[in-house]
Amino acid sequence: MVPYIAVFLAFVVYPVGYGIWLGSDVSKYHTLLEDPVYPRAVINTLIYLAVGVNLKLFLALLISGFFMRREWWVKILLLIFILPWAVPGIPTFISFHWMLNGQWGLINNFIWNLFQVDGPPWLDRGDLAMGSVIVCYIWKWTPFWTVIFLAGRMSIPRELYEAADVDGATGIGRFTNVTFPLLSNLYLVCTLLSTIWALGDFNIVHFVSGGGPALTTHVLATLGIRDAFELGDPRLGMAVVISALPLLIPLVILLMRRLAKGEVRI
Amino acid sequence: MIARHRLNRRMSELGAMLFAVVLLIWTLTPLYNMALISVQEKEDVFATNVWPPAPTLDSFRAVVDESYWLLANFWGQMTNSFFIGVAVCFLTLAIGSLTSFAIGRMRIRFGWLLSNAALVTYVIPMSFLAIPFYGIMRKYGLADNPWSVIAVEVTFATPYAIFIFTQYGSSIPHELDEAARIDGASPPQIFFRIYLPLMAPALVAIGTYALLLAWNEYLYAFLLLSSDSTITVPVALGKFLNSDEAPWNYLMAAAIIYALPPLAVYYMFRRRMSSGLTMGGVKG
Repeated sequence: MVPYIAVFLAFVVYPVGYGIWLGSDVSKYHTLLEDPVYPRAVINTLIYLAVGVNLKLFLALLISGFFMRREWWVKILLLIFILPWAVPGIPTFISFHWMLNGQWGLINNFIWNLFQVDGPPWLDRGDLAMGSVIVCYIWKWTPFWTVIFLAGRMSIPRELYEAADVDGATGIGRFTNVTFPLLSNLYLVCTLLSTIWALGDFNIVHFVSGGGPALTTHVLATLGIRDAFELGDPRLGMAVVISALPLLIPLVILLMRRLAKGEVRI
Repeated sequence: MIARHRLNRRMSELGAMLFAVVLLIWTLTPLYNMALISVQEKEDVFATNVWPPAPTLDSFRAVVDESYWLLANFWGQMTNSFFIGVAVCFLTLAIGSLTSFAIGRMRIRFGWLLSNAALVTYVIPMSFLAIPFYGIMRKYGLADNPWSVIAVEVTFATPYAIFIFTQYGSSIPHELDEAARIDGASPPQIFFRIYLPLMAPALVAIGTYALLLAWNEYLYAFLLLSSDSTITVPVALGKFLNSDEAPWNYLMAAAIIYALPPLAVYYMFRRRMSSGLTMGGVKG
């Protein structure tokens, strides 16, 4: 109890306060707005969240349905499928970085061996690099959310499906009338939670594209660190982070409300 | 009618298998890429191979023997990662279980406020506090000290621990405490003799979570640790990536060795983890 309060004060309240103080310099926000990298980073962040999070959760929902099958090989496949989440992130992000190398990467080697043409330079074009980052994000996090949705699907009583069958529901009908309404609360909480987490995601962008080419794939989390440490301007970096708060705070409040209702527990 | 039914089932099974193959390729390609590079000689890495022409374990030997200059302190860095992981795991469990005991069992005032505050910390992205933490750790005199990373990791892991422990602890009947109290047990005795043993499944789940969180941490270790003797393996891998010469086979071999312990831990505790991390799901 007392130890926790002490830790809470020294390592939560103080850093947050110090961070707000660092970010309270108005002139830094003017600098930000004049920096062409900043609007690009804002747009990238929004694309990352809108495309990455939603595509990932939608795929996870579909794949979790597949893993409800009861053949023996599906259970073994689940053990393999979970690997991207179980393997530490940094090695796999580095692997993505090299795999997408335009000259010697595995993907373009495949393309060369199959079609004898050069593949696109994945990480040397802004749009392709951002796409690569999102693909890596989906690869890394789909398994985790699939397991969550699988647990959700398992807790739906079998009788409901039997009743739907009696009423003549087809596969799609079972999904839209039974599965989805019952999972929608869980789905919403998962969307909020993973949007918040993706907003603070540093590692994937840092290792897969490194913010390049020519600083076109930075997101707010990586731009903040870059401004603070590579440019040596912590106040500017903190201004970047604080400019993400108008997006973060409503998400946190929505999530808290949902969790407090107790409809979904994570 | 029956034949058609059987045909339908065949088709659905075939579709499932096709889907499984796609899923398998998608999942394994980046991992295959790691293995592929690690078993090649340096010259073969810079070629258009999709299959190792002359597989060799030389790069693994170089990592184990630390016989390349960027790998000179590999085992020391593994030890650092291990030390930080174990310390974070232990401290998170200690602080988390004590606090949840105080909130749930001793019915202190403002307990709900504390657990809500903890929850808010849980959802603040870690990377957003990196800049102030960097400054504060310098002020505390903890720059380039493993304890600075441990402190940060514990800060971010305990809220989740408290949250899960309080939820899990509420399923332990209060009558047990009262019976023990009537028999003359003090709160510490109740904590150690009754609360902790009954919490074992949640402790294992959160312990594994904290261990893996610390083992995988990059950003804070990168910012707070700087010298070759204090950095952890992910930071060393990052340094590798940024060095001018790119010994990719060594890098991947080191990365694979670093990835094995958490995989072993994960598959060992998988059942307990999933019961802890996905508790609940849908209600009503």
